[in-house]
Amino acid sequence: MSRIEMGNDDQRSAIRRTVWRSVAALVGMFAFAFALVPLYDVFCEVTGINGKVETSAQALVNEEIDDSRYVTVQFITRNGSGLPWRMDVETRQIRVHPGQSAEVNFTFNNQSDGVSWGRAVPSVSPSSATRHLRKVSCFCFDEQRLEAGERLELPLVFQLARDLPEEVNSVTLVYTLYPVETRKAQLQAGAKVLEGDEV
Amino acid sequence: MAPKVPPQPSLEQSSTATAAGHGLAHAAPPKGILRWLLTTNHKEIGSLYLIFSLIMFFIGGIFALVVRAELYQPGMQLIQPEFFNQMTTMHGLIMVFAAVMPAFTGLANWMIPLQIGAPDMALPRLNNFSFWLLPVAFILLLSTLFMPGGGPNFGWTFYAPLSTTYAPPSTTIFILSLHIAGISSILGAINIIATILNMRAPGMRMMDMPLFVWTWLITSFLLIAVMPVLAGVITMMLMDINFGTSFFDAAGGGDPVLFQHLFWFFGHPEVYIMILPAFGIVSAIIPTFARKPLFGYASMVYATASIAILSFLVWAHHMFVVGLPLAATLFFMYTTMLIAVPTGVKVFNWITTLFRGSISFEPPMLFALAFVVLFTIGGFSGLMLAIAPADFQYHDTYFVVAHFHYVLVPGAVFAIMAGVYYWLPKWTGHYPHERLAQWHFWLSVIGVNLTFFPMHFSGLAGMPRRIPDYALQFADFNLVSSLGAFLFGFSQLLFVAVVILCVRGGRKAPAQAWDYAEDLEWTVPSPAPLHTFETPPTYQRPAH
Amino acid sequence: MRTLLVWLAGALSLAGSSQAALASGWNMPVGVTDLSREIYNLHMTIFWICVVIGVIVFAVMFYSLIRYRHAKGAKAANFHENTTVEVIWTAIPLLILVGMAVPATATLKKMYDTSDAELDVMVTGQQWRWHYEYLGEDVAFTSNMSTPRAQIRGDEPFGENYLLEVDQPLVLPINRKVRFLFTADDVIHAWWVPDFAVKQDTIPGFINENWVRINEPGIYRGQCAELCGRDHAFMPIVVHAMEEDDFDTWLAERKEAAAEEALGVEREWQKEELMERGEAVYASICASCHQPDGEGSPPAFPALAGNQRMLEDREWHTNVIIDGVSGTAMPAFRSTLNPVELAAVVTYTRNAWGNDTGSEVQPSTIAQRLGQ
Repeated sequence: MSRIEMGNDDQRSAIRRTVWRSVAALVGMFAFAFALVPLYDVFCEVTGINGKVETSAQALVNEEIDDSRYVTVQFITRNGSGLPWRMDVETRQIRVHPGQSAEVNFTFNNQSDGVSWGRAVPSVSPSSATRHLRKVSCFCFDEQRLEAGERLELPLVFQLARDLPEEVNSVTLVYTLYPVETRKAQLQAGAKVLEGDEV
Repeated sequence: MAPKVPPQPSLEQSSTATAAGHGLAHAAPPKGILRWLLTTNHKEIGSLYLIFSLIMFFIGGIFALVVRAELYQPGMQLIQPEFFNQMTTMHGLIMVFAAVMPAFTGLANWMIPLQIGAPDMALPRLNNFSFWLLPVAFILLLSTLFMPGGGPNFGWTFYAPLSTTYAPPSTTIFILSLHIAGISSILGAINIIATILNMRAPGMRMMDMPLFVWTWLITSFLLIAVMPVLAGVITMMLMDINFGTSFFDAAGGGDPVLFQHLFWFFGHPEVYIMILPAFGIVSAIIPTFARKPLFGYASMVYATASIAILSFLVWAHHMFVVGLPLAATLFFMYTTMLIAVPTGVKVFNWITTLFRGSISFEPPMLFALAFVVLFTIGGFSGLMLAIAPADFQYHDTYFVVAHFHYVLVPGAVFAIMAGVYYWLPKWTGHYPHERLAQWHFWLSVIGVNLTFFPMHFSGLAGMPRRIPDYALQFADFNLVSSLGAFLFGFSQLLFVAVVILCVRGGRKAPAQAWDYAEDLEWTVPSPAPLHTFETPPTYQRPAH
Repeated sequence: MRTLLVWLAGALSLAGSSQAALASGWNMPVGVTDLSREIYNLHMTIFWICVVIGVIVFAVMFYSLIRYRHAKGAKAANFHENTTVEVIWTAIPLLILVGMAVPATATLKKMYDTSDAELDVMVTGQQWRWHYEYLGEDVAFTSNMSTPRAQIRGDEPFGENYLLEVDQPLVLPINRKVRFLFTADDVIHAWWVPDFAVKQDTIPGFINENWVRINEPGIYRGQCAELCGRDHAFMPIVVHAMEEDDFDTWLAERKEAAAEEALGVEREWQKEELMERGEAVYASICASCHQPDGEGSPPAFPALAGNQRMLEDREWHTNVIIDGVSGTAMPAFRSTLNPVELAAVVTYTRNAWGNDTGSEVQPSTIAQRLGQ
């Protein structure tokens, strides 16, 4: 900080104090911007903004099944670009009672002649249902590795909480499959992975 | 940090000098370009800021005219869509960060020390440094237009992933230039806070400060709070682009919507950074030319502070269509509507100040009155936009473009021009040329309304913003807008003419250039000598 | 000053008369759904409240400006504070705002209620087109702008629906609640049809919902509302709303056509057939980026004409089209094009514009590659 040329000593030290307080506020706000990233995730999970869901397994809650109503759960799989995989779900939709747990199988098939890593990114709609969806087990918690031509079947086990809002009678789970960057996957696998088809 | 500066006169010497006797006590400043490169004088730095922002206003204006020329009629006649997107983006970035913000900083540099009776800014060398960062930042930014792949083309809001994964290679330079501009504003803000809090004339309490000083103090706090967030968000972009992180990339577990939350957490206070000092200027001018004290000084201060605080709680009203949950949409709708209350208080206060005044219509007053009317119209469209269900129709249309141009052009820009006309006698010792200034005013008012009023209609009728070509039913509105834009653009040459003429000569202005003006700046001679208030004045509270 | 007053009155009455001038497109459309009508009414209510406040405020202002002119010898009063007035003009706006918030909240709640839909349509934004999928119906297609580039360049006169016309409109039934699921493949787009008052961002990797129940059959047009790159202006939306019976017939026909197309995978295709089909697919899907002459616009969109890697490696070429390239604008066409279209476009791009490889790809090969 540059020397303060004018004013008496009191004023000078007062200015210096103001400056340092401002700088502290600055640093704090810069850190706050980065802190917002994890905070946002927490906030999203709590409020269900944007269909973001818990990214780790939750426990099944033993609660009475609400026989009085059905909820349709839809499954949609999508392919992001750059991953030579086919992703299928055994059923497009199921009907469950709130409180009931269900299992649905997803299949992943690497259609290329090289090993590759992928990750299914989940999104849930409507957002008001997000908080009431418990995923006990999901392929979307982890990155998947598939050998050339390998086919893998993985389950999704979930439960819709009993307190799912009345007006929600259909929940859509969307999984978009994205490649995990080759460089990162190499580190994780500790093995050489075939070069991706980068253009 | 600061560049080397020539030896400064010592404190002991200068503190004895009176305002009028400055020439005797001070060493002659370096001549030519060096003088301007090295100056630590708040008045010279203020002038540098103002000249820089005027140049940038014209560059940003030329970009706008390129856009308006292409939109003059349907079909692509002049430029390609890629270049059109670069023009809209650059227009926004330059106008926000290089024209409006530096203009207010320039006015702050010139006037805050004069208005609080301080000899200079608290940190003069830092002041020099923060100014000279600006040309560096914006030469870098403008140079991206000549790079392979072109300049930034993702709008001034640079939403990810269009600005990350899908951005042109020059984006890294764009980020660098924004960082530099951000540092410049932050340093400027620290300097202003340090000056206002510590260097007021003896006897001047906070609640005695002119409103321009108050609004700038609050603006500086906003700058310190949100510029680091902007720095954070562009740093995350930089990392996503160059270091393989995925803050905003769904493929890596990130979230594009997070970008918008972070951006608007900065962006909404930023909007007020561009309007609060304008409130301050208008609150100085209206009482002067109504010859009547400002009505509700205290409520003006509280209203400004409330607007600033509320500005942190409304950011997601820019994001009503990204799929927020109902509760969040309602929250942001209510907080946004609340902003109408303190803003209304301000407008009512200005009008009550006019009521039973003795009003004359010199150029600064004309601009200030146009500000009140047209800013209020922008406020009304803002209130309409706050209504979330209706915003689903307004969002990202020309209605929004009309709204924010009403608050920024006849709002912020008119207030800056009002301020320039108001203080030119103090800066130059001459009154601005009355007739030319009148022409400038009337042509600007007509131009600005021809340009932006039809945009309300084209937006409501369904024209999305940021499109280089449009369906035929929008043709008439766009034609009028384009003609208006050229009228407005060219009439700004008159402004330059008035300023140059005023610097060169004109009717001589006394220290008290306007009869009823009562702040401290009017107690120093016109033109204000290079060094003022080296002996602090004793503040006299006005009698009323 | 008087000029300003006259002008302002003119502008306000212009805005006011916009209700009468609905047909001429000066105002928000009333639209064809209950919600769009409600939103329109909300918009007009708030507008008139603003007009009334504006008239009062500006009347006082201009009265003061005219009445208390210095030139006419007005003497200034000296008052500058009055707590009562200040409280009043803080409280009254607050009450007006509460009055506005109540109906707005009610409307918003309805907009968020996507339950009990009878038809689900997945809308995917891509640079620069829309993909529609009728969930559970095996009907999906891509909708591209059909305005010829020659019109945009000015070589041809503008058509009636310039920039607002597509090759395949979205077809929806009236009187049924249709739920939209929105997502995107690349950047954020926004799907907007003003007559439905539906505007929703489509966000890559995430899903959004909105819904519509159309009251009147007709053709409704909209546009992408979020800047999404170069051809943001050129990805219109056209919705053809039909009577329910007509819609059911249409859907059945589309299903049949899709089934028929699927049969085409089995048989051997002639190269000419593939080229012809490929040219059509290329023109509607690929040409906007890679250009009709295959020259692309590097660096973002590589040239296909004379592209060495592509010509030497058919496998790689096919894979890029099926799987896309991550981090670029090249999407995966695995599920948006069927095997016949994929085979045709691979064959076409390998043989057009002097790319004379002579090689072709059969739909059956693609189907096998896709694991179908």
